[in-house]
Amino acid sequence: MKKLLAAFIGSMALAAAPVAVSAEATKELKVAYDSDPVTLDIHEQLSGGILQLSHMTFDPLIRWTKDLGFEPRLAESWERVDENTMRFTLRKGVKFHSGNEFTAEDVKFTFDRLKESQDFEAIFKPFSGINVIDDYTFELVTSEPYPLLLNTATYIFPLDSEFYSGKTEDGKDKGAILKHGNSFASENLSGTGPYTVSERRQGVRVEFERFDDYWDTESPGNVGKIVLTPIKEDNTRVSALLSGGVDFIAPVPPNDLDRIKRDKNANLVTMSGTRIIIFHMNQERVEAFKNPKVRQAIAYAINQEGIAEKIMKGFATPASQLSPAGYQGHNENLKPRFDVAKAQQLMKEAGYEDGFTITMMSPNNRYVNDDKIAQAAAAMLARINIKVDLKTLPKAQYWPEYDNRAADMMLIGWHADTEDSANFYEFLTFCPDADTGSGQYNAGNYCNPEIDALVQKANVETDLDKRSAMLQEVEQRLYDDAAFVPLHWQDLAWASKKNVNIEPVLNVMNFPYLGDLVVE
Amino acid sequence: MLAFLVQRISQAFLVMFVISVIAFAIQDGLGDPLQEMVGMSVSAEEREAIREELGLNDPMVLQYLRFAGKAIQGDLGNSYFYSKPTLEVIAEHLPATLELVIGASLIIIFLSVPIGVYAAIRPQAWLSKFFMGVSTVGISIPVFLTAIVLIQLFSIGVTVTWFPVDTGWGQWLNEALSTEGGLPSYGRGDDLVHLFGTWESGFFSSDGWMHLVLPSVSLASIMLPLFIRLIRAEMMEVLQSDYIRYARAKGLSAGRINFLHALKNTMLPVITVGGVQIGIMVAYTILTETVFQWPGVGLMFLEAITRSDIPLIVAYLMVVGLIFVVTNTLVDLLYGLVNPTVKLTGKKA
Repeated sequence: MKKLLAAFIGSMALAAAPVAVSAEATKELKVAYDSDPVTLDIHEQLSGGILQLSHMTFDPLIRWTKDLGFEPRLAESWERVDENTMRFTLRKGVKFHSGNEFTAEDVKFTFDRLKESQDFEAIFKPFSGINVIDDYTFELVTSEPYPLLLNTATYIFPLDSEFYSGKTEDGKDKGAILKHGNSFASENLSGTGPYTVSERRQGVRVEFERFDDYWDTESPGNVGKIVLTPIKEDNTRVSALLSGGVDFIAPVPPNDLDRIKRDKNANLVTMSGTRIIIFHMNQERVEAFKNPKVRQAIAYAINQEGIAEKIMKGFATPASQLSPAGYQGHNENLKPRFDVAKAQQLMKEAGYEDGFTITMMSPNNRYVNDDKIAQAAAAMLARINIKVDLKTLPKAQYWPEYDNRAADMMLIGWHADTEDSANFYEFLTFCPDADTGSGQYNAGNYCNPEIDALVQKANVETDLDKRSAMLQEVEQRLYDDAAFVPLHWQDLAWASKKNVNIEPVLNVMNFPYLGDLVVE
Repeated sequence: MLAFLVQRISQAFLVMFVISVIAFAIQDGLGDPLQEMVGMSVSAEEREAIREELGLNDPMVLQYLRFAGKAIQGDLGNSYFYSKPTLEVIAEHLPATLELVIGASLIIIFLSVPIGVYAAIRPQAWLSKFFMGVSTVGISIPVFLTAIVLIQLFSIGVTVTWFPVDTGWGQWLNEALSTEGGLPSYGRGDDLVHLFGTWESGFFSSDGWMHLVLPSVSLASIMLPLFIRLIRAEMMEVLQSDYIRYARAKGLSAGRINFLHALKNTMLPVITVGGVQIGIMVAYTILTETVFQWPGVGLMFLEAITRSDIPLIVAYLMVVGLIFVVTNTLVDLLYGLVNPTVKLTGKKA
């Protein structure tokens, strides 16, 4: 009877308002990632896992498309008012999980909170403020012309300001961001996204349920419930998919790619990624590294293609620069330059024909096959008479060593949070400066103020063609100078059962838009 | 009895004190807990501020005293990752591990006793030789390998095509050697029943039992051979003793001699070893739980190490130390039940 009544009321509602017919979201999806979200507060940590959660439970103002363009989400349209200001118009009739109406005030609340977040404030530093014009219009203002304004807008996932304001029963501020200890926001969530969190046991499982009043009725997504289980062990994660225990896994370890490809019930998607893996050569620790010829010799001695093919099993794109294809700084002319004879000759010219001994460090559980890459690189350097003492460490111990610059060559992987070339330079090749924080991960102590100035200039250039030319010049100069040794961009891989159509919702940023996922 | 318990409780405190000191002393080698808490692009200054807030910059002695002061009141600190009291986190994960250990123990008890006894009574039978052979192999295979093979065979399934399909026997062999798969390969399933406190049990649903099968078989695989061999060896020794021969001469039935008189005395050393092994089993659950993504304390501990979640590591080690002391105490008490001639306080060595 109740059902009948509900159906009746439902049909009345249908008759009353012309509602777009959305796909019936009834499918259940079991997902296994290598970890579950650390917290439900999307401003507590800037990490892949949290961004994946953000895209499931919140919506950004705009989001990246597959080809690195932008598509409107909560912001319907945007226009430049002057060179420091961008005006956004918001979608109307969007509801938060709590039932509250979404307005520009929520965007302001979110923006202010982002500026306070330790992890996000660096990204939002160029912004000087936000002007709310009316309920559905606001302006983002930067202190200088900022070409990456839209890139940054993809990080604004509006929070429900009413939900996160006020005090909890024990008198704590609901909006507080706490790095450790429990906050209201780390356990409760209200966004505009396709899913709500219905149950969560940290480290064991998270359950998501489709939000009934989700604004995007045109989304083809038909998944009504998602159960996310963290499975850290690569082998177990793959087994869970092959045995039918889960429908979708990520990441797929390179060693199991063939196994999944061969399985007739599984579906594998791979993509060239944007995370660059490089070695820094510390000029402060090793006198020889100050000589560009020695650095070039090392760059010539390392066989990127060999590493990508043999060690990464083809699961990497050999790199000669920091910016991956599709980024503004990507310079087509730069090619990997493996040539042992040339390397030996350069060593000779530099007066180091007999070579020298250096130390090298690498993590062994942070990047795909990181320790094996370091071993291979050490073997390659032996051919130009550089003897390497290699030490590999688990990541928890590696980063403190990295901060101390504890070895002559250190391996690091970097993904640009802004999806833009300049981020690479700012962290990896800028002259290290403890006060401004620039060059924070520049373990080579490479310093070329001219290049830094060029990047700074590009950072206020809003003409994207001009900017692109500048950044490509930066790549060229870093390449000529052999400021570091680029290795490869790590590929990405996901796998699912055949009936789960993952390909359309995946992207190179590795946040699957699961709200739009179609399960047959 | 009372003196014995007092002695054991003071021992427990000593053990836990020593463990906490050691755990504290090695924490510097475990890495930087901040790495898991903040994103890569967070500035050095802010990292320093968080470190200061957490008290990580204080001298080690001061940190230990602060920890010990709270520990005496039963507060072992908060986990960095879970943002909850460490004991609460352990209490949430412990039931899963206990159920796994219970599952494995059941397999061990119900298989090792009959097989061990049989192999002792009929040492020459081919079946005994087969069991002993298999157990030698079993004891030398690492538990994660067993686990991976079990998953491949019984979760994913194997299709064998080694033999010619067109012959009857080939087809039959192919089918006989192929497996269907279908058993769950990870986790505890969705069908958990809440018992009390933090105990969510999988014992009350078929789905829960199905999830328990492979993990407990792999966990048991490492201990089972040991117990079979131990029971066999002890039983054979007992069977040689005078009172058994006398009982035989008296004309008692074989069943009564073997299972009442001989087995009882066989079990004494088995219980001792068993008590110690339960502690070791907790350690082996780390491997088993990792392969099967079993949400117990073993997996929790391993992840705490990769995250440098020092408070949780320290608390776990202390709890495990406590478990060891408690099981050993229980074993000593059981001793008295099985063999009344053993005096508790007398055996100080």
